[in-house]
Amino acid sequence: MKHLKWSAATIALIGWGGMASATETLTMWYHGAGNEVESKIIHQIIDDFNASQKDWKVELQSFPQAAYNDSVTAGALAGNLPDILDVDGPNMPNWAWAGYMQPLTIDESKITGFLPGTKGMYNGKLYSIGLWDAAISLVTRKSILADLKLRTPTLDKPWSGDEFEAALKAAKASGKYKFALDLGTAWTGEWYPYAFSPFLQSFGGDIIDRTSYATAEKALNGDGAMAWGKWWQHLFKDGYAQAKQDGADRDNGFNTGEYAFSWNGNWAALGALKAYNDVVFLPAPDFGKGSKIGAASWQFGVSAKSAHPDGASKFIGFAIQDKYLAQFSNGIGLIPATTSAAAMVDNYKDGGPLSVFFAYSNKEGMVRPVTPGYVVESKVFEKAAGDIANGAEVGATLDAAVDEINADIKKNNGYAPH
Amino acid sequence: MASKFTLSNRTGWLMAGPAIALIAGFVILPFFLAVGFSFTNQRLVSPNPAEFTGLANYRQLLGLGVLHLDPLKDAAGATVLDDQGQPKLPELRSITRKNPDYPQFDGMREWFSWSSGAGRTYVLASDVVFMKAIVNTVLFVIVVAPVQGGLALGLALLINQRLRGINVYRAIYFMPVVVSIVVVSLLWSFIYDEKQGILNNLLGALSFGALPRVDWLGNPATALASIIFMSIWQAVGFHMVIWLSGLQTISPTLYEAAAIEGSSKWQTFRYITWPGLKNTAILVLVVITMQAFGLFSQINVMTQGGPLDSTQTIVFQAVQRGYGKQDISGGSAISVILFVLVLSVSLIQRYLTRERN
Repeated sequence: MKHLKWSAATIALIGWGGMASATETLTMWYHGAGNEVESKIIHQIIDDFNASQKDWKVELQSFPQAAYNDSVTAGALAGNLPDILDVDGPNMPNWAWAGYMQPLTIDESKITGFLPGTKGMYNGKLYSIGLWDAAISLVTRKSILADLKLRTPTLDKPWSGDEFEAALKAAKASGKYKFALDLGTAWTGEWYPYAFSPFLQSFGGDIIDRTSYATAEKALNGDGAMAWGKWWQHLFKDGYAQAKQDGADRDNGFNTGEYAFSWNGNWAALGALKAYNDVVFLPAPDFGKGSKIGAASWQFGVSAKSAHPDGASKFIGFAIQDKYLAQFSNGIGLIPATTSAAAMVDNYKDGGPLSVFFAYSNKEGMVRPVTPGYVVESKVFEKAAGDIANGAEVGATLDAAVDEINADIKKNNGYAPH
Repeated sequence: MASKFTLSNRTGWLMAGPAIALIAGFVILPFFLAVGFSFTNQRLVSPNPAEFTGLANYRQLLGLGVLHLDPLKDAAGATVLDDQGQPKLPELRSITRKNPDYPQFDGMREWFSWSSGAGRTYVLASDVVFMKAIVNTVLFVIVVAPVQGGLALGLALLINQRLRGINVYRAIYFMPVVVSIVVVSLLWSFIYDEKQGILNNLLGALSFGALPRVDWLGNPATALASIIFMSIWQAVGFHMVIWLSGLQTISPTLYEAAAIEGSSKWQTFRYITWPGLKNTAILVLVVITMQAFGLFSQINVMTQGGPLDSTQTIVFQAVQRGYGKQDISGGSAISVILFVLVLSVSLIQRYLTRERN
């Protein structure tokens, strides 16, 4: 009996001792393989976190961005996801719905000051949070505006659709540019819905009816969408922009004077600033329903199967400190998620050359449809926008897109949340 | 009853085992899975269990309808004219979108149409993109199979000579086959480029600038033809080698006999070479046809099915839907349709090339 007690005590002791020093490993997947700066910052955060406490140890595995989403899908099908995931904002609802992710348990007060686009809300719950956002602006030069005798639009008083039209017309008529507008049609994939669906929303249409998320009827083929489609088609038909653009033109065209205006993201802003000393980043034109740009970039979340969601949430809570937000912004030019972090970054602090992007993201930013079906809807929109640009009949193309989106929703039983 | 086949052939089974297991696991099993999935609403990513949906996927892919529309008449019975003075037809979408009088056309779109009588006759399809994909793929096969086979035979005849340095030519013709099709497609998209492409530069130089620069892959009229041309070039060397092996099985004594009989070059080809190549010809034809039906990489790298669906193909659509749009059931149904298509074409070819007594 005594003997038994002893061994029980020993076991308890060993067990307790083991518990005390036990460091649970949290695995993490990240999309930024191949980017040295990005990888350095993320490793820095992980090292700081691992050193700051004894309960958890985060281990990172990086993937190239092009292969990341496929890897997560494959990992999920094989039941092999890490504890911490990073996810592109618009994909999050699909992953949450499919059961790859669980809601974060982060103190709400920690993220109150965050840009709206960085908070991944789905079904009333916070699933992911971003350290940064991205924003698009209409890039041009002060000298071009003066030369074409155009008013400088501001966030409070952006160009109307007519003013934008007049600007394109003036640029084309001047004969100084190969094309008036560089839309970036060379970038296929998510760029189309990210960059071009805000035009549609400014016209009063949308990819899907956001009140129900059950149909695209009236949203993508109603009056607003038809007006957008006709406007979109005329940009190419009347020679203001290229439906098929060379990748090289996209990368250097504006900086070498081939275009008067360029519709491009904050990540390309530094290049433009280097090329010209009078670059201005204008707000999106307002086609009736306000200036709109796309919001939400890559964000962090916790996988559904994680055995340690508390530890994973703790790491994410650690990573969203201002100093790391500032480091990412300094390192790869993204918009820091908070004003206090922006103040620590030369480019984004008040009066900094890119500070307008912070304001645009805050005021014009609109997340893409928050529904699991978005992964399909984005592809349908991309094809419709591409076909219309290439001269397809607007009404029939949008009708077909609506049908395809609705058929997909039906096939998925309405994407009902689980 | 243990037969000789199962017992004394143990080594044989051991050797064939790995290949049989791999083929069963990665070809035969997925084939049956695809057939099964095509009758459900299986998704790539979904918390919902798959449900049996019968022929819904096939109906969605293959649904067709013919509709004739007569010009609108006003109250007095006179034909209404549009802005250009043409007779005005009722709007097609008023019929194909939730019109209770025409439930059979709901959700369909115009595939093609022609004027007939005073009105217009429309062929409607519930999946126009897939219809275009079928037409493009069949067109690709119809052009590639005879042209590639013929060119390959021509090259094989040229190369089947005892000349100094002939191996260099063999290597040159065979080279594109060894290079990955993805790399070849990338290179050709540079060649076809409107601004810097070699093809436009070459045509411009040869015509002293008279020929306009063409955006070969960006123009719906030239995109498929450009891909056909490049695909023929890429694989012609492979079939040349097969023809060559066929040519070398023909006994030289037959040629000697023909020479003694004083037959012309054409007669030699017609009555000795060609009959001797019969089995090779069947093989080449069947292989090219099957490869051509599987057209995917070139499309994926060069055009993504565009512009305006002018280069959509069946396999590209299967991958796009199954993987891109997470619709495994739709992608599976396309694969099954392709299987039936290829099988029927192969059976027809077998029938036409059968041994006649």
